[in-house]
Amino acid sequence: MPIDILMPALSPTMEEGNLSKWLKKEGDKIVSGDVIAEIETDKATMEVEAVDEGTLGKILVAAGTEGVKVNTPIAVLLQEGESASAIGSAQVQAEPAEKPQPAKAEEASPAAEKVPAPSVQAAVPAAPRTEAASDPDIPPGTEMVSTTVREALRDAMAEEMRRDPDVFVMGEEVAEYQGAYKITQGLLQEFGAKRVVDTPITEHGFAGVGVGAAMAGLKPIVEFMTFNFAMQAIDQIINSAAKTLYMSGGQMGAPIVFRGPNGAAARVAAQHSQDYAAWYSHVPGLRVIQPYSAADAKGLLKAAIRDPNPVIFLENEILYGHSFDVPKLDDFVLPIGKARVHKQGKDVTLVSFGIGMTYLVKAEPELAKLGIDAEIIDLRTIRPMDLDTVIASVRKTNRLVVVEEGFPQSSVGDYIANQVSQRAFDFLDSPVITIAGKDVPMPYAANLEKLALPNVGEVIEAVKAVTYKR
Amino acid sequence: MAAAARKASTKSRSEAKAQALSAPPPASFSKEQELKAYRDMLLIRRFEEKAGQLYGMGFIGGFCHLYIGQEAVVTGLKMAMIEGDQMITAYRDHGHMLAMEMSPRGVMAELTGRRGGYSRGKGGSMHMFSKEKFFYGGHGIVGAQVSLGTGLAFANKYRENKNVSLTFFGDGAANQGQVYESFNMASLWKLPVIYVIENNRYAMGTSVQRSSAETDFSHRGLSFRIPGIQVDGMDVRAVKSAGDLATDWCRSGNGPIILEMLTYRYRGHSMSDPAKYRTKEEVQKMRSEHDPIEQVKARLIDKKWASEDDLKAQDKEVRDIVADAADFAQTDPEPDPSELWTDVVR
Repeated sequence: MPIDILMPALSPTMEEGNLSKWLKKEGDKIVSGDVIAEIETDKATMEVEAVDEGTLGKILVAAGTEGVKVNTPIAVLLQEGESASAIGSAQVQAEPAEKPQPAKAEEASPAAEKVPAPSVQAAVPAAPRTEAASDPDIPPGTEMVSTTVREALRDAMAEEMRRDPDVFVMGEEVAEYQGAYKITQGLLQEFGAKRVVDTPITEHGFAGVGVGAAMAGLKPIVEFMTFNFAMQAIDQIINSAAKTLYMSGGQMGAPIVFRGPNGAAARVAAQHSQDYAAWYSHVPGLRVIQPYSAADAKGLLKAAIRDPNPVIFLENEILYGHSFDVPKLDDFVLPIGKARVHKQGKDVTLVSFGIGMTYLVKAEPELAKLGIDAEIIDLRTIRPMDLDTVIASVRKTNRLVVVEEGFPQSSVGDYIANQVSQRAFDFLDSPVITIAGKDVPMPYAANLEKLALPNVGEVIEAVKAVTYKR
Repeated sequence: MAAAARKASTKSRSEAKAQALSAPPPASFSKEQELKAYRDMLLIRRFEEKAGQLYGMGFIGGFCHLYIGQEAVVTGLKMAMIEGDQMITAYRDHGHMLAMEMSPRGVMAELTGRRGGYSRGKGGSMHMFSKEKFFYGGHGIVGAQVSLGTGLAFANKYRENKNVSLTFFGDGAANQGQVYESFNMASLWKLPVIYVIENNRYAMGTSVQRSSAETDFSHRGLSFRIPGIQVDGMDVRAVKSAGDLATDWCRSGNGPIILEMLTYRYRGHSMSDPAKYRTKEEVQKMRSEHDPIEQVKARLIDKKWASEDDLKAQDKEVRDIVADAADFAQTDPEPDPSELWTDVVR
């Protein structure tokens, strides 16, 4: 049968074009790849190449025709042995063929009932709800051991490396130097240079190497000396690590942990003092964890290493030296995505995470003196966020203050305030107050740095405001 | 003493100094190898022509980068690979997937965004993978696949297997910083990775001469002590012999190696590129004098290993496979709406 040559679309948005020139005439032999015509799109003049072989039987659209719709037959190609008389009369009319419509998913599934869609909105399937598991029970009589966050992180990595030979750690100064902040102390001695890998200063490159190794099935722990330097690597974290599971239709993902100190330390100024919680929490495909206590640091880092998804694990240099009780258990793993109620209370809900918790812990006794019984929630995981725990608390206290060190615009607190206003508006007795770092790059001078960060006084003032005690 | 130390260090360095190697002579192919190379390249050519046609008809959306003209590179290298060797490339990737024996139906249906596609319609032309066939993508960010491919090689070394990562990128990507970060680590840690630089002379619309201070890409690894070979990427036999040398080099524990493949794409950078940055004569000259498929065809005829009729029958077989893939890709349903939410996390 003769083959119709159609007006092609040559860009994602082209609907029509001008047929400026024929480079072949009727009767010419044509092979695949021959340029047969030129068409003008809104952007440029493009060549039309033949896909099939044959003889140009008839030109249906003359050179110089403007506004030819995409998919209009512009010529007829005769195959071997066919003559011009084979061209059917229907083919001679240069009408645009119907725009190809893919089979609709609804039609393909006979089980799906054809219910008229009430609105465009309703056609979008609802996001699945996932429920995080609760923390494991700690058996009565379990010994609690005072442990620094630094030791807890090291123990978590060592335990997981003993458990799974595919787990390895790589980063700058992690091996022979024993870690720039001594988080990997002793790992080289126990696991050797194959599994504790010193990298050159090359964040973009080693983040990509880590993701590639993870795609091949290994379970890398990539240490960034600080998360500020991960800005060099953020393309690999987001475009390669976070999206591959989705882009591959579930075939392969990146079981990898990116960890290191995050946020302000002390007097290291603008380029070394930034909290990335909100940045990474924006990205589907990532898990984002920012622990406060040593027990959470240990239990959640172990969970992160076992998790099949890319995990951003945000630590804090100031917290590294803080000691907390950690249960002495063989395998203490905490659920990702579950907030921890640090203290129960009835008058106001205070939410924070990571080092932000220190402001709440310090404010709490001051609030008690004012007769305010605060409920304190440590999010622990920023993504997926345990909003149910926050909202349950707000339904009880009717007041909410969120604290973080990051920048204020599009902050974690902004998201929480938005979700609470959508899901628990009627339970609020006052506007939600979000306390964040000031909207400035981190200054160096000691007094200015202090001003740029949140402080306990701000927390107390915010609580007074939402409880109308001011 | 300082002078002696310097002398010693110079000596040890020069001993290990990498160099650009000359290309090995083209492999001499058996009849079966010639026929296989012909068939595999033809499949890519016809598949890409069909993809271009489906794009023109509106079945394929977004960006679509065709591999027409470069078929010998991936075909010759595949002939040098063994089970378990990985391949990774950027977004001009349809040819690589076909060479890795991924199903034409699955690839074409991904191009049309249907549920039978390799990524169930969620990846598209630039983002496709097959764990089963050791194809690791399909990446849309120029240069990112170079670090990822180095990571695949890291995993091979970690697991102490003999597999090699074939990491493809273009002359354009060769100017990205992470390429050199990867070169450094690959050489430092002796990772089994072949960096295949497909030099098709144009990074989108910018010629190699306008973008690159060193246009001999086989030299690009020398300051990392990575040897390089410049190969006629239009001759599948030359590609195969370079591939044999490079895979042996990696499997013997020597670390990375660079193969610069001198090749040419006949079509524009993507479907919407009018390719005004080069002359028609330049394209025509490559097509008529260096076409990788025509070269094999001429040898098959010359050696009387195949008649014109045999090759026509071969062409028909390939056209049928492509037509079947195109039919499937046009009739297969779109993904179920519930797929919107699947595979975000495990």
